[in-house]
Amino acid sequence: MEFNLLSDIVEYCRREKKDMAQAMLEYEMRNKRLTREQVYTGLKRTLFVMEESVEQGLTQQVISPSGMLNNWAKTILQCKVDTLGPALKKATARAIAVGEVNACMGKIAAAPTAGSAGILPAVLVTMMEEHAIPRERILEALLVSSAVGLVFAKNSSFAGSEAGCMGETGSAAAMAAGAITYLLGGNEEQILESVGFALKASMGLVCDPVGGLVEEPCTTRNAVGVANAFVSAQMALAGIKSLIPADEVIAATKEVGDLMSPRLKESGQGGLANTKTGREIQKRVFKTAE
Amino acid sequence: MSEQPSIFDILGPIMIGPSSSHTAGASRIGYIARQLLHDEPKKAVITLYNSFAKTHKGHGTDKAIIGGILGFGPDDERIRDSHELAAQGGLEWEFKFVGDFVRFHSNTARVKLEGKHGGTVEVVGASLGGGRIRIQEIEGFTVDFNAQLPTLVIIAEDIPGSIQKISGAIAEKKGNIANMFVARNENFANMIIELDEHADKETVEKIAALPWVKFVRRVEPMLEGSSRYEK
Repeated sequence: MEFNLLSDIVEYCRREKKDMAQAMLEYEMRNKRLTREQVYTGLKRTLFVMEESVEQGLTQQVISPSGMLNNWAKTILQCKVDTLGPALKKATARAIAVGEVNACMGKIAAAPTAGSAGILPAVLVTMMEEHAIPRERILEALLVSSAVGLVFAKNSSFAGSEAGCMGETGSAAAMAAGAITYLLGGNEEQILESVGFALKASMGLVCDPVGGLVEEPCTTRNAVGVANAFVSAQMALAGIKSLIPADEVIAATKEVGDLMSPRLKESGQGGLANTKTGREIQKRVFKTAE
Repeated sequence: MSEQPSIFDILGPIMIGPSSSHTAGASRIGYIARQLLHDEPKKAVITLYNSFAKTHKGHGTDKAIIGGILGFGPDDERIRDSHELAAQGGLEWEFKFVGDFVRFHSNTARVKLEGKHGGTVEVVGASLGGGRIRIQEIEGFTVDFNAQLPTLVIIAEDIPGSIQKISGAIAEKKGNIANMFVARNENFANMIIELDEHADKETVEKIAALPWVKFVRRVEPMLEGSSRYEK
């Protein structure tokens, strides 16, 4: 069973009268010769690790070895000001929490990469809390997000060294947008629209980590990726259409990734990494680390 | 149809951060070296090349490799404290660094292990991203496998009919060979045999008993994706 484009999956759903979560369940069962229970065991473990990583970042001391990240998730949670209500604040803190846990050598689900591991957990935990969605549905949403990720991986790249941060937090935001749209009753077309919006907002985003570490700006970009996912799903659920279809947007990310200078793709030598302060931090971190 | 990615490759791997290439992949290289040693390691000399050499501290590459040598999987939280645990367990280790070595992939490690029972092994592996790795050298032989399937690594004298004898031993126990690679180096041949299922102990012993076989090891696939189906 092979899906190369999101439109292949939509076509399959239409033909087989299935939704996207069911289509991906079948994809995994057939290709990997697994039972439904085996796939769900894997999904439950993934969700569990995601929830744990959020919880750890919100409750434990998390100061990265470089010193760049220092308990920011808790700081955000304690902030008395909400820009748009407590839900967005909590979602922001959750994304940062996973980034901090990752930088501190904690356990995370790299969905789809370690550098973008905060977006899906933050979105899914927030959806569970804000919309009282049962876990079973959240597991289905993971299947939907895997559909988005699968097609993105086939036609573009998750690697920061190939597609910049667009390939990491951009694809993660698109996977999360699809999950939100699915959970709130969006149909297959609307899921694709949300993916298109999220990726368009990330088009050309460079990977410029200070000191080459998965910390600055990765962690805060995860938080912004969460907002991207919710806004993109909002537009799609309202029925607004991405004028460029999602599969074509994905193709464009590949072109843009190829056109980006290697210095801006995980080299640790361009963009923010190459600013005066970025270089100073790098010098300090690697000196104290030795 | 080529092998399709698993949804768990997209939603994972589940791993200890911060980097799938510099941490998760590094731990797998250490783990595979341990399996090839087939003994409790007492001494390890690890050479990190290129990007591994330059950024290992910030990514915990050194902790991840030692963790792998101790037998910890890429998602084992003990990786964080692997140096302390290794010291307690009596493992001696040393790191060397080679900043620029163009012949090797940017994230490459050479692991030399010595076991408590006197065995030694030397392995070179590259970390390709996403936790995927490629073993490129074993005991000086150029090899190329990713340890995603149960794998037998065999070094034997290069005599006529050796492949037949070995594949015969595997077939006898209904083992199914998925892929097989043979490389020759003067008088020796190196065989990498990827199987659908694990070769049992008896098969391994049978191959090891062949007089011209120098070295047989089983390498277990260490996919977070497949391990998570258990329980």
